[in-house]
Amino acid sequence: MAILQVDSLKKSFGKNEVLKGISLSLEEGQVMSIIGSSGSGKTTLLRCINFLETADSGQIFVDGDVIFDGEDKSKHKAKETREKQLKIGLVFQQFNLFPQYNVFDNVTLAVKLKAKEREDYKGNKKQILKEIDENAKKILAEMGLSDKMEAYPWQLSGGQQQRVAIARALALEPKILFFDEPTSALDPELTIEVLKVIKELRNMGRTMVVVTHEMEFARNVSDKVIFMADGIIEEEGCPTDVFDHPKSEKTKAFLAKSFE
Amino acid sequence: MFWNVTVSLLEGFMTTLELFCLTLIFAIPLGLIISFGSMSKIFPIKWISKTVVWVIRGTPLMLQLIVVFYGPELIAGWIGELGIDNALFNALAGMKGLDRFPSVLLAFVINYACYFSEIYRGGIESIPKGQYEACQVLGMTKSQTFFRVVLLQVVKRIVPPMGNEIITLVKDTSLARTIAVYEIIWNAQKFIKNGGLLWPLIYAGAFYLIFNGLLTVIFSRIEKKMDYFKA
Repeated sequence: MAILQVDSLKKSFGKNEVLKGISLSLEEGQVMSIIGSSGSGKTTLLRCINFLETADSGQIFVDGDVIFDGEDKSKHKAKETREKQLKIGLVFQQFNLFPQYNVFDNVTLAVKLKAKEREDYKGNKKQILKEIDENAKKILAEMGLSDKMEAYPWQLSGGQQQRVAIARALALEPKILFFDEPTSALDPELTIEVLKVIKELRNMGRTMVVVTHEMEFARNVSDKVIFMADGIIEEEGCPTDVFDHPKSEKTKAFLAKSFE
Repeated sequence: MFWNVTVSLLEGFMTTLELFCLTLIFAIPLGLIISFGSMSKIFPIKWISKTVVWVIRGTPLMLQLIVVFYGPELIAGWIGELGIDNALFNALAGMKGLDRFPSVLLAFVINYACYFSEIYRGGIESIPKGQYEACQVLGMTKSQTFFRVVLLQVVKRIVPPMGNEIITLVKDTSLARTIAVYEIIWNAQKFIKNGGLLWPLIYAGAFYLIFNGLLTVIFSRIEKKMDYFKA
């Protein structure tokens, strides 16, 4: 069964229909890249799946559970939405780290707040917090940030900040990790650093969806590539199909421009 | 003589200080409530908040002092003249105003809460949307987002304008004498009336200057304390 399934998702901003019915699915452990020119709706798609925008209609399933249903017009309780939100993680283009917290606290803040809701929190407080700290240290070590745990975001390079943001998302143990143009705010050499981390995550079996402009990366890292144009999925398939044997004229034109 | 003046000015300055401290204690949280009102998505709340802020910022504080102090009895008088005899109207017609000091305090609290609310609003609205979005995707509640992430960033941004406003408050306390609250300037002016001495008034200025110097040091300390992060 697919871990992520999106069925005919639609979204308009006023009269401008940005998503004209998007359907896609992704298996556990796979990496999907979403490519397309700006304005094609790829970021909006990501934001709808992550509840940062509310889609007008369609459905989203994660691991078999409905996390969004456009037919269900009842007001969703904030708490329910938060629970569903935690099944998925998102890494932003602009990192959005919390400036007043050091690296370690950036990673543990949300996890610790969430742990307070556990029924056994009062009795096992010490144990729970210790586990959270150890888990955070482990993740930061994987991100190569063990020596930066006390640093504040402004003291880090863009690449390091983005790795902290990835660690922060991973700390909540999401089933799927989304990246919204994770390297667009970075210099080329820092881009390589972040892409390397994403590759490592893939090798560890993480399910990921990456909106990206890095075509080479999309080709190398993805199991599945989606090309979006004008609010629809113009073409999709494995990287070789999309990059080497594109069927649609729009895809051909886009790729020609991207590899110029 | 110098000793007498000093004692008198110190007495007056105690009232000044009391007014200053109490105004801050009440106006700082009240301002936050008004700023939430001004940013509310519920139209009537937003409209009321904005109107209050407009009226309070748009009229002199001195006038507000007079309205708070004399207003209730003036209105009671008008109601009494209507001559309607029932329990509610009799109660309203018998309305008494507050004492002098509480009146001044009330007017100051309302006035400064409105100014503070605009500073808070500016601070809160300047926090990038990405901070809220990051909190949301991390599953944080709205109150966690505000108190654990947004608030300190807002505080950092509003310390300089708040320092400005608070120093103005120190000097504005001298308006209390309009309704005969004996603060430091009132006590200093007494010496002009009674003995033609002008220097106590200038001496009173030194009290303000030293106290504001102290506040300036405190505020730059606070700014320094929050230098560890950039936002």
